[in-house]
Amino acid sequence: MKHTFKTGLLATAVTAVIAALPATAQEIRVDGFPPFDTHFDKQVPLFNANAPDIAVTYQMNSHGDHHKLLTTNLATQSGAGDVVIVDVSFIGAFINEGGFVNLSDEAYGAEEFQDGFVSYAWSQGQGADGNQYGIPIDIGPGVMYYRRDVLDSVGGDIDAVINDWDAYIEYGRELKEQGVYLIADAGDVARILVRTTLEDGEGLFFDAEGNSLVTSDRFVNAFTLAKQIRDEGLDGQIGAWTGEWYDGFKNGTVATQLSGAWLLGHMQNWMAPDTAGLWGASDLPGGIYGSWGGSFLAIPAQSENPEAAWEFIKYLTTEEGPQIDSLRDLGAFPVLTSTYSDPAFDEPIDFLAGQQARQLFAEVAQQVPAITPMEGDLIAEDVVMNGALAEVLNDGKDIMEALQDAERLLLRRVR
Amino acid sequence: MADTTPDPDVTDIRSDAPRRIRRHSTRRRWVKTLTPWLFISPFIIIFCVFTAFPLMFSAYLSFQEWNPVAGLASMEYVGLDNYRLAMDDPWLWKSLYNTTWLALVSGIPQHLIAIPVAYLLVMAVRSGIRQVYTATFFVPFITSTVAISLIFYTIYSGNSGILNQWLVAISKWPVFSWFLGWVEEAMPIRWLNSSDLIKPSIAFVVIWKYTGFNIVIYSAGFLTVSKDLYDAAKVDGCNAWQQFWNIALPMIRPFAFFAITLTIIGNLQMFEEPYVLTEGNSGGVGQSGLTASYYLYLVGWEWLEMGAAAAISWVLFLFIAIVTAVHFYFNGKKGLGGDR
Repeated sequence: MKHTFKTGLLATAVTAVIAALPATAQEIRVDGFPPFDTHFDKQVPLFNANAPDIAVTYQMNSHGDHHKLLTTNLATQSGAGDVVIVDVSFIGAFINEGGFVNLSDEAYGAEEFQDGFVSYAWSQGQGADGNQYGIPIDIGPGVMYYRRDVLDSVGGDIDAVINDWDAYIEYGRELKEQGVYLIADAGDVARILVRTTLEDGEGLFFDAEGNSLVTSDRFVNAFTLAKQIRDEGLDGQIGAWTGEWYDGFKNGTVATQLSGAWLLGHMQNWMAPDTAGLWGASDLPGGIYGSWGGSFLAIPAQSENPEAAWEFIKYLTTEEGPQIDSLRDLGAFPVLTSTYSDPAFDEPIDFLAGQQARQLFAEVAQQVPAITPMEGDLIAEDVVMNGALAEVLNDGKDIMEALQDAERLLLRRVR
Repeated sequence: MADTTPDPDVTDIRSDAPRRIRRHSTRRRWVKTLTPWLFISPFIIIFCVFTAFPLMFSAYLSFQEWNPVAGLASMEYVGLDNYRLAMDDPWLWKSLYNTTWLALVSGIPQHLIAIPVAYLLVMAVRSGIRQVYTATFFVPFITSTVAISLIFYTIYSGNSGILNQWLVAISKWPVFSWFLGWVEEAMPIRWLNSSDLIKPSIAFVVIWKYTGFNIVIYSAGFLTVSKDLYDAAKVDGCNAWQQFWNIALPMIRPFAFFAITLTIIGNLQMFEEPYVLTEGNSGGVGQSGLTASYYLYLVGWEWLEMGAAAAISWVLFLFIAIVTAVHFYFNGKKGLGGDR
């Protein structure tokens, strides 16, 4: 989400490509954010090979601007594309409000594809009524990226480091003596921990009945661990998507980064291309599985060409070709489990010193617990994961007090 | 008004010709009446569409509960609920406190710096060179706030920011090391990541950006003061300080009033600087950089509660109106030149 912010300020890339097609063609427009334009540049001609009568254009805005624009489009019931990309953090707030076409309807029959998808991602696209409104297009299995050279410098072994969180912190203490930070932001530890150890069907912040889970052990433990890392001075207190953060990747002053698999694409393309071969990927410490990001495709109810839009969505999400292309071109991880046996997954990745990391991502993807998106997620994210967490880490506020304050705020808002 | 129904008798005796003339002149009168309206219609249309309508819509919205994503039809009348919710909303009070703090700390220095600088520019610098200076001071004002804030964001950065590097360098200089000895210990100072430092850091950016604008206003003010007054004062034995304090300052009161009014309104609406400097991250640590405008944006666009956001915006309006009214009450009469 911070990513959102930065790209939003720096540039608003608007791209539209109109394929020259017969006048009788149906026209659909896809609204989204980069780097999906790169994906569509390649996929639209391939799609048109089998569906020549559907002309696809696309309009790209920065991640943040795109979701603001979509909010306005849904509010005024005009101006939205026929297909829209929705980030997972927005899906809970958007999906139950009636703005999207019900894809479980027999005109579309989304359920027939369900078995092909990673199950947790599929269930996140469901509304409270059990119908499918969003189709996942990529997911973010949570992994840890680590600097191999830094690890070697203290004679460490990655399996030992990720064995449990104590070992991870112990590694941080060794690094501290060398003047290297264990992690850019201790908050990331809390962020990934609250995303694991959920019961199926639970939301991140609310249970199935809508009761707050914010003061539960899951949050207390996650905050406690993050606070320990912060208090011992093991993290750099560096926010993501900032100049300092990129510097950490380039200079090797930060040893590990917990993130979605998709970070690889950013690292090798623009964040730290010169560090190729110095990195490795591993499971998250402590044997946990969680997800970090992911995107969905949906059809706004205002679309005049929902059938054509559905054809394009089916092409992008249920066919292996485009799914594997997006893995190769964008580093976006496929949602189709059948692709995981594709040879692409055995390819060694040079940036990660020849590691066959996609196999690791695939294993993680199939173990991630299903988190149910809830309407109050956006508020809770701000109040709990930005507000309370920062107060605990930076201002030394008591964890339980911070969580209770956050919960009170949350319950006032989420009615 | 007399009875306007036409008298049948009168109509009967009218010949055709005068009637035509009358009709003609009626049209002319209409054209005459409508022409000015036509000329100002672009403004009226734009005003109605972009100011009057949104204003009324937000007033209407503040009594509704509305998630914009659900479409216009989903609005639900909730009476005063949004206002009631706003009144005991800790984040709103926090944001109003921050707004006031920032308005004062970033507002007062602007004027304390701008007045003497403008006075010196007018009194001691030749006109051509003065314009170069004034233009230079004005540049921050016309530069995009977002661009400025992003640059300051980098300057403030804890590990690699130039501010911290400078502090460390300066603290090693002979004399400075006495009172900046603590700097190295304290490094890296996280200007934007600790609740105590966020507000001063934001205030500095605001001061830096807007002081130049006030210098221009005050320069214009000091230029209006007639040379004769200074000469007369000199004859009466006033020294330079007395000339400034007793002659120049009282004479620019209307300008000061204008500049302060703009500062009050502008600072109470502060949004971009805190938003960018806290990375849009719900006001930074402890919501220390959360201003009222920032909060209503958060509620409306991040939390998708447009009704609550509209109510907050009216609370903010009320707040600005009261502060401005107080300012007018105490300074308005003299400031508007009413005593002359």
